[in-house]
Formats: sequence, C-alpha cells, structure tokens
Amino acid sequence: MSDKDRLNVFPSRMALAIIKARLKGAQKGHSLLKKKADALTMRFRSILKKIIDTKQEVGEVMKSAQFSLAEAKFTCGDISHLILQNVTKAAVKVKSKKENVVGVTLPIFESYQDGGDTYELTGLARGGQQIDKAKKSYGRAIILLVELASLQTSFITLDEVIKITNRRVNAIEHVIIPKIERTLAYISSELDERDREEFYRLKKVQEKKKKIKAQDEALKKKRAEESGETEDAPSIFDTFPDPDIVFD
Amino acid sequence: MALKPGKLIAVIGDEDTCIGFLLGGIGEVNKSRATNFMVVDKNTSIAEIEDTFRGFLKRNDIGIVLINQNVAEMIRHIIDSHVLPIPAVLEIPSKDCPYDPSKDSVLRRAKGMYTGDDFK
Repeated sequence: MSDKDRLNVFPSRMALAIIKARLKGAQKGHSLLKKKADALTMRFRSILKKIIDTKQEVGEVMKSAQFSLAEAKFTCGDISHLILQNVTKAAVKVKSKKENVVGVTLPIFESYQDGGDTYELTGLARGGQQIDKAKKSYGRAIILLVELASLQTSFITLDEVIKITNRRVNAIEHVIIPKIERTLAYISSELDERDREEFYRLKKVQEKKKKIKAQDEALKKKRAEESGETEDAPSIFDTFPDPDIVFD
Repeated sequence: MALKPGKLIAVIGDEDTCIGFLLGGIGEVNKSRATNFMVVDKNTSIAEIEDTFRGFLKRNDIGIVLINQNVAEMIRHIIDSHVLPIPAVLEIPSKDCPYDPSKDSVLRRAKGMYTGDDFK
C-alpha cells in the first residue's frame, strides 16, 4: 500500500512543483481546520455547561409551577376542562434567530408575547389569584424551556459539525498529506534515476566517439605510410625554393 | 434554515402539564381544529402518542416540542431517531416522575464529557 498509494502523475519537474504546492495547501488547510475544530469544541463545552445548569433550574421552576397549579386547582375546583376547551390562539410564540460560530449557523430561539391572554376571565368566581400565580410561574418555565431548547439545538448542531470537522482533520492528516508526500518521494526518486541514466548515456557516447576517432587516426596513418606522403598537406606559407624565372 | 417568525411550542404530557403550559399561553387550535398539545392519560395507547409526536415533527409551524419524560420513555425509539435540530425536542419532568438526566437522549450524548456528579 505504502508504495502504490500515491497520486497518479507523470514524474516531471513540473509535476513536482505542482505537488509541492498541493502539499503546502493541504498543510495550511489542516491547520485551519484544526483551529476551527478547537473553536467549536470550546463553544460546545460552554454550551454543555449551560445546558446542565439550565436543566437544574428548569427542574426547580417546574416544581414550583406544578405546586402553584395544584394550589389553583384546590381553590377553584376542576378547571382542566375549562382550560382545555378554551384554547384558541397562542399567546406565547418563539422567534428564531441565527448565530454564527466559525461559519456554523446556530438557531437561537426567543419567546415573545403575541396577542392577549385567553384565560383572562378564568377563575373569576374564585381562585383567580392562584390561577394568576400559576400562569406566571408557567410563563417563567416557558421562558426557561425556550432558552434550554435553543441551547439544546445548538448542542446538536455543534455536535454534528464537530464530528464532520474532526473527520476532515483526520483525513487530511492521515490520508491526504501522506499520499502527497509519497508522490513527492516517487517523483524525486524517478527524477534522480533519470539523472543517473542521462549521465551514463553521456559517458557511453563519449566513449564511442573516442573509439571512432582512434580508428580514423589509425586509418590515416596507414594511408600516409602507403603513399609516402607526409602527414601535412602542402601550404603556401611553407618556405620552399622557387625556381628563378627571369635569370637562369 | 430560514424560519418565519412565530413558531409554536407543542406539548405532549399528562393533564396537569398540559394545563399548566396552556395557562402559560402556548395553546393554539388551527383552522383544521388541530391542537398543538396532547393530553396523555392511562388510556392513551402508545400508537396514538407516536402518531401525534410524528405529526408535530412534520408540522412546520412548530419550533419546540415539550414532552414529559415518562411519555418520552414510551416512544424513545422515535425521539432517538429524530436528529434534526428543528423542531427541538425537550424532555421535561412531570408531576409524578422526577427528572432523570440519564434517560435524556441529549444528555446521553454528552456522557463521557462530564461525570455523573455534574448532572445532579
């Protein structure tokens, strides 16, 4: 695997430069992703802490809310049917906003009042105060629960994103970068091999040329001996006696 | 995810829980007379709860689903298979069952990061 698993490139200087650039890019991407994962994890932990705190608070608020409802029931008898039948329009709704954490959008819920109280007249005859108290404590519980819901939603989203980011970091670290490095090693070894081949070839050519030259030389010598001529061809610059043309 | 403002909060739980949150003002009946709450008593079958819960998840005007933990236990498999962030499913304690963090599907994910002491 270690030797075969590399990018499919032709080993040339050009490819070497390209792959080197890719290695640099991969390293840069790796460090950036690592930073992102760290930032997300930090956020994740703070949210987890907040969730646990809010859950405890919700437990207490719910307890008091249930108690106040029991009080209301005690004073004005069974009001459950009245309430279940009287449902019309929601008075409390949630708005959602978005928050950006290193490129991840987290939904944030926010509760708001919309329209009037449907149960304004419930408990008019008796127990109105207790019902009012129950309403208020449940209102508080709802606000807390909405807060908890947005924390929880962020928690789930972040959990997913952190997993993806970590997967990418690991993929780059353990798959992509080694692959590029193997490719680089392959290309440089191939280029070295070619250098050596070239050197050997040049040497061979020189050897051959020398041999041919020596043969030529030998042939010339032999011819010169046969014809009795000197090695050098006659030159006009050589001094040799000219026959006198005018006075003789 | 583009959300239109004004999502509802849905409740599945025993009578007291529902009444409490309705008093808090979250109840709504839409045009087809469908409510955003469900009262679970001992005659309610699990299939009914499942259907209602699935219905709440499908409705796009619901942002948060509150569910009693003892009811959530009955349909745990559906809650666990719900992985989308919206609607958010919250487990709340009911009158006769105190809250048990070890059963919460979200907190179970967080296990291992914090020790059991932090949940108390």
